[in-house]
Amino acid sequence: MSTDSSTSKETKNPTVDGSELIEFKDVTKRFGSNVVLDNLCFDVSSGKHVTLIGPSGSGKTTILRLLMTLVKPEEGTIKVAGEYLTHETKNGKLVPAGEKHSREVRKNIGMVFQQFNLFPNMKVLRNITEAPVHVLGLSGDEAEQRARELLELVGLTEHIDKYPSQLSGGQQQRVAIARALAMRPQVLLLDEVTSALDPELVAGVLDVLRDIAHTTDITMLCVTHEMNFARDISDDVLMFDAGRVIESGPPEKIFSDPEHERTREFLSAVL
Amino acid sequence: MTDLTWGLWELLLKGVWVTVQLTFFSTLLGAAVAFVVGVARTHRLRFVRFVSGAYMEIFRGTSALVLMFWMFFVLPVAFGWQLLPMWAAVLALGLSYGAYGSEIVRGALAAVAPAQQEAGIALSFSPWHRLTKIVLPQAWPEMIPPANNLLIELLKGTALVSIMGVADTAFGAMLVRNATGESAPVYTIILVMYFVLAFVLTRGMRVLERHAKAGIGQAPPEKSLGVRRRASIPQQADAFRSNVVGGS
Amino acid sequence: MQWDWSAVADFMPRFWDGVLLTLQALVLGSLIAFALGLVWALAQRSSLKIVSWPVTVVTEFIRNTPLLVQLFFLYFVLPEWNVTFSALVTGVIGLGLHYSTYTAEVYRAGIDGVPVGQWEACTALSLPRTRTWQSVILPQAIRRVVPALGNYVIAMLKDSPMIATIGALEMLGQARQFSAETFQPTEPITVIGIAFILIAYPASLLMRALERRLVH
Repeated sequence: MSTDSSTSKETKNPTVDGSELIEFKDVTKRFGSNVVLDNLCFDVSSGKHVTLIGPSGSGKTTILRLLMTLVKPEEGTIKVAGEYLTHETKNGKLVPAGEKHSREVRKNIGMVFQQFNLFPNMKVLRNITEAPVHVLGLSGDEAEQRARELLELVGLTEHIDKYPSQLSGGQQQRVAIARALAMRPQVLLLDEVTSALDPELVAGVLDVLRDIAHTTDITMLCVTHEMNFARDISDDVLMFDAGRVIESGPPEKIFSDPEHERTREFLSAVL
Repeated sequence: MTDLTWGLWELLLKGVWVTVQLTFFSTLLGAAVAFVVGVARTHRLRFVRFVSGAYMEIFRGTSALVLMFWMFFVLPVAFGWQLLPMWAAVLALGLSYGAYGSEIVRGALAAVAPAQQEAGIALSFSPWHRLTKIVLPQAWPEMIPPANNLLIELLKGTALVSIMGVADTAFGAMLVRNATGESAPVYTIILVMYFVLAFVLTRGMRVLERHAKAGIGQAPPEKSLGVRRRASIPQQADAFRSNVVGGS
Repeated sequence: MQWDWSAVADFMPRFWDGVLLTLQALVLGSLIAFALGLVWALAQRSSLKIVSWPVTVVTEFIRNTPLLVQLFFLYFVLPEWNVTFSALVTGVIGLGLHYSTYTAEVYRAGIDGVPVGQWEACTALSLPRTRTWQSVILPQAIRRVVPALGNYVIAMLKDSPMIATIGALEMLGQARQFSAETFQPTEPITVIGIAFILIAYPASLLMRALERRLVH
């Protein structure tokens, strides 16, 4: 992706050497009496591609939703690029973050949803340019140029003037990817992005994601059931169960020779 | 409020009693019309459906106040029928709101799964039996929330009779206003009275709904004190008067 | 029953005057109801209890009490507070205010009907609150509820005769005046009665068609 001039208000927090891009520390998340994440500690280094696998309800999606501030943790802290996401320092003390602070830190993170969540009342172009214009302060022309580049990346240039309802599921998801990338995030969260698609449309979306994984240095955090895809792009695979990471390692290790019993069980059912 | 002597309060309270009576009798007539017309609109004979449909469209398209004027002024002159004011009012309200009610009934009947009718046919139930023993009992709980809204509209509609000189709550307020020369206190009081009546009616309907649901084994859990009437996006023509399930 | 066609002919000029006033009341009342209703709906959603609670109480109160009494309240009480409006203006305010409490419910339901994924996408893109409402939520919410809003316009049409009772010469007012002068109530009242049906029925058919198209 091309870099553009510094007329935009993008935040680019460089990571301090040695610290991770994403840090979860003792994070606990409860829904009612249900403990979804249990004192979770995990880190993601800049530029890495991490896949989260595991049975439903194990907390994988919750991690993404926590990063996106769609939910708040009961205990623990989350840091992104050295800044606290859910807290802020006031007078040297750590207090729950205000909306403004969260928004600033969150700008570094983009998310693609299972249900695409494109804005049905806007055409493709506006879906992609809306946030860059109103959040990053890009001019209309700059935003449009960026949108065209991204649409070329995802292979949908000729659909720029269409409404989401006129596109197939796979096309909508690719627009959603472009929309998330338009914000030039450091982290891209992918929440089961192909689960709602017809089987024949899945490959198109995965190809685009593979492209992005191999040609850019964006950090990717992926929740998926597509094991081949995970094998192709991941640097690390984390196996979740009951709110905890029970095993982690490179895909070659996890997929062919998992150590944990539960991992073996899960993979034999899914693969 | 100290201007209002006991005599004037009595006027208002008598008016409230008239309002209650009007609401009661109009509801009886309206419910009867609603069920007859609503069921007729699902009849197998096209002619019956057409006639009942025409009734519904005409009386739903009419303005209630105009209908009341018609009952009070045109009936005596054109047809020589002089009705007692109370009954002319009940007739106007019952026929008018009954039309809206028929749409609620029709919609709730249509919402009962066709499989239920089929089960009834398979068991050799007569059409009447199917209606009364299978479909209506299941449709009944569905009718109550929109009927609640309609009932409140009817209550508010009774105020129209004050224009025709019937001594209801609103008419009483007019008299009190003339007596005391002040409008704000008495009109505020009767607005509160109507609100209280509406509240009581809504609570009553909630109890009715609980009973109705229990009758088909769906007793809901106890809920806390709620003033708000349930609001749903009105699906068919005529909004609050027919919060209906199903199409036309 | 006797029917005097000449009475109908005599009534016609006043009938059209009445229609004009009815339509004026309807259009102005609807504009107030649409605008004010949105204000109520947004206020009711406010996280500030001091905003949402009074608005909820007031709108519930107005919604559950008779429009006729509210019209009389405005008509009698406003002059006592040294505010004098014409009967038409008072009627428009009364209609608009009363129906704004209904449109508020409609807007509420429309906003609640926007899928939660839309809100999440806005969060994911860090769109500010005002932009979220303006560009994403309200356009979707309002589109869904246009038929319901239209139905309330039709309902307002049928309630508009109430303003005749405070002296506005819309259709019913004209009919009353005519029958008081000529002692012939049958023709004018029947004519306006039919006129209401002739306007309301096609309008409701239009709303049903709109609903089929928009609420897919």
